[in-house]
Amino acid sequence: MLGNLARLIRYRGLIQTLVARELKARYRGSVLGFFWSFINPLLLLLIYTYVFAYIMPTRFAEGEQPKPFADPFPYALFLFCGILPWTWFSSSLNEAAGVLISGGNLIKKVLFPAEVLPIVTTLANMVHFFLGLPILAAFLIYYRAPVTVGELTWFPVIVLVQLLFTLALALLVAALTVHFRDIRDILANVLTLWFFATPIIYPWKRAPDFGKWFVNANPFSHLAISYQEVLFFEGPFGHWRWLLVIGVMSVVFFLFAYFVFDRLRDTFAEEV
Amino acid sequence: MTNAIELTNVSKIYRRYTHRRQFATLKSALLSRSLVRDLSPDETFAAVRDLTVEVPCGRTLGVIGRNGSGKSTLLKLVAGITKPTSGTVLVNGRISALIELGAGFHPEISGRENVFINGIMLGLSKREIARRFDEIVEFAELKDFIDAPVKTYSSGMYMRLGFAVAIHVDPEVLLVDEVLAVGDEGFTHKCLDKFAEFKRRGKTILLVTHALGLVERFCDEAVWMDGGRMKAMGDPKRVVGAYITDVETSEEQLLAAGDAKAKESVTVVSPDEAATAVLPDHPVETAEGPADMFRATEGRWGSREIEITEVQLFGSDQQPGHVFHSGESLTVRIRLRSPIENQDFVIGIGIFNAEGVCCYGTNTNIEELKAVRILGDAEAFFSIDSLDLVEGTYKIDVAVHKLDGYPYDYHRLLYTFRVKSRTKDVGIYRPRHAWRFSDGVAFDRASHEA
Repeated sequence: MLGNLARLIRYRGLIQTLVARELKARYRGSVLGFFWSFINPLLLLLIYTYVFAYIMPTRFAEGEQPKPFADPFPYALFLFCGILPWTWFSSSLNEAAGVLISGGNLIKKVLFPAEVLPIVTTLANMVHFFLGLPILAAFLIYYRAPVTVGELTWFPVIVLVQLLFTLALALLVAALTVHFRDIRDILANVLTLWFFATPIIYPWKRAPDFGKWFVNANPFSHLAISYQEVLFFEGPFGHWRWLLVIGVMSVVFFLFAYFVFDRLRDTFAEEV
Repeated sequence: MTNAIELTNVSKIYRRYTHRRQFATLKSALLSRSLVRDLSPDETFAAVRDLTVEVPCGRTLGVIGRNGSGKSTLLKLVAGITKPTSGTVLVNGRISALIELGAGFHPEISGRENVFINGIMLGLSKREIARRFDEIVEFAELKDFIDAPVKTYSSGMYMRLGFAVAIHVDPEVLLVDEVLAVGDEGFTHKCLDKFAEFKRRGKTILLVTHALGLVERFCDEAVWMDGGRMKAMGDPKRVVGAYITDVETSEEQLLAAGDAKAKESVTVVSPDEAATAVLPDHPVETAEGPADMFRATEGRWGSREIEITEVQLFGSDQQPGHVFHSGESLTVRIRLRSPIENQDFVIGIGIFNAEGVCCYGTNTNIEELKAVRILGDAEAFFSIDSLDLVEGTYKIDVAVHKLDGYPYDYHRLLYTFRVKSRTKDVGIYRPRHAWRFSDGVAFDRASHEA
């Protein structure tokens, strides 16, 4: 298993090329092309702002809202801090569920390490996440969000933890979906539930009491809270302990997921 | 000399059903890395059984066999795409597998980008591809289209590009699975030249094909797979010969079974218990032939005053059979039975090809043989010295009837035989012929070998 993991390094050229192909092919033929990577999150932001600021307004509790903001835009900004990483996470998993089946031709006809496929989907979605960041940055600067350099150094750490966590789940989902096609359908619903169980559209402190343990047990909550603390809320980054716990967990989880994937590897060619 | 490919006691067992015992098999896959070990034999299918093959470096091995004999599984095992259920597979050196050409091409992006991606998938570095890029494009004959998206390519262009990339990987071991049928004649020749070049450079080639002539000419050795096992291995000419004989034998059995079935179905329609008891004035339901003789399909009719009890075909070896070679002799033996003495009868025979065209027809009356008498069991032999028919399947009509056409027993297209020929000429009939040339024209027989 570790040998196979090390072999992946030899395939980094392939992974790189496939990610590039994925990105190129996605917008090939559309008029706006690569701009969609910017426009999509922007549109998403507008929709969520409209819904949650005007139709179903959520109010921040006293003292929660940083001073320099005026309603409703800070809420949109708050939302954006959570939605961008969530989009990366959820589209990675959705695509990973089908990736071995749609790439069956490669697995059956070419000697090809199958884990490359879910890894490529995760990385391609990460690139989309990165492309959304300039928009987030523009808004942060425009509203003079209380971001400090000290807090920003945590940002790459959060991204790294999320990458590991997403990779682990993507590998697991990809491998199991080959044997249980039902996962693809279950996954869409699980992700919707997961979205609402994560403090993305509401601040962590506003979670209902009975649901708090649930939100707390959700690893992605801590990623979302970390993003929000670093980018949105004032004050020092106080959530780092949780982040490191999730980081260690993600490493263990990744190794476990890779183990399962490696064990099932030989069955893919027959099942897809 | 070291071996390029070594298979030792390799078996590959597939599951017959994909959706049974999912839970048990997923668990066993995780624990014992095998999906099939726990399954009972009726749930599994052995594609390759206990196969041991060694291919020394630089040899070209042809793999032949019927559909479903395990050839492609063997190739996938060597390529490492599937793992053997038991046994070991060892391959020395870089492999390139021409199993499915252009697998992994993305339809939306250009041929140029796909060449790079495909090359990297097959194990080349970017720099290596850049160095061979022009050669690849030239080989694929796609200079004008290389920047167009692959989805606009014709299937031939797609295959050519896939082939060109795979062949330029410069492997130590080349695996080829029936991919020579991709291009036009010219491209096929180019591929063969490329294979020959590989051979000269001492690379190992494993060639799975149904083109037996190619195996005979091109391979150093041949393996004949049958039902997942190796049936023979050795000199290509010998192995191919044995394979052809085997195919003929099974065709023979198939035809015999077909004949038996045809006769059986006819007997159901007109049971021949009446044959011995028929009187001239006795009304016989089956006495009437179809209105249009030439439109008729298989069948049997007649009054059975004289009955055809058996028809058998004999080849030059004097053994009854169904498969004969063009140019050899053929004898049709017709067994007849006439319970009462009869003086008004004609024995006829007709040969029809698969399209229903009458290739030849004759009878004793046409050939001015005057019937004298028939009584009891008798045999008639119709001998052809040289069966000058082109390759194909033929059916025979055999009949005994009165001079005026009243049928005693008419067997319509009930007997089938096949003619084999090494010459793939066309038409119905092969006249005895020869080519002669004046001094200005020269031919070399070997160069025209297909």
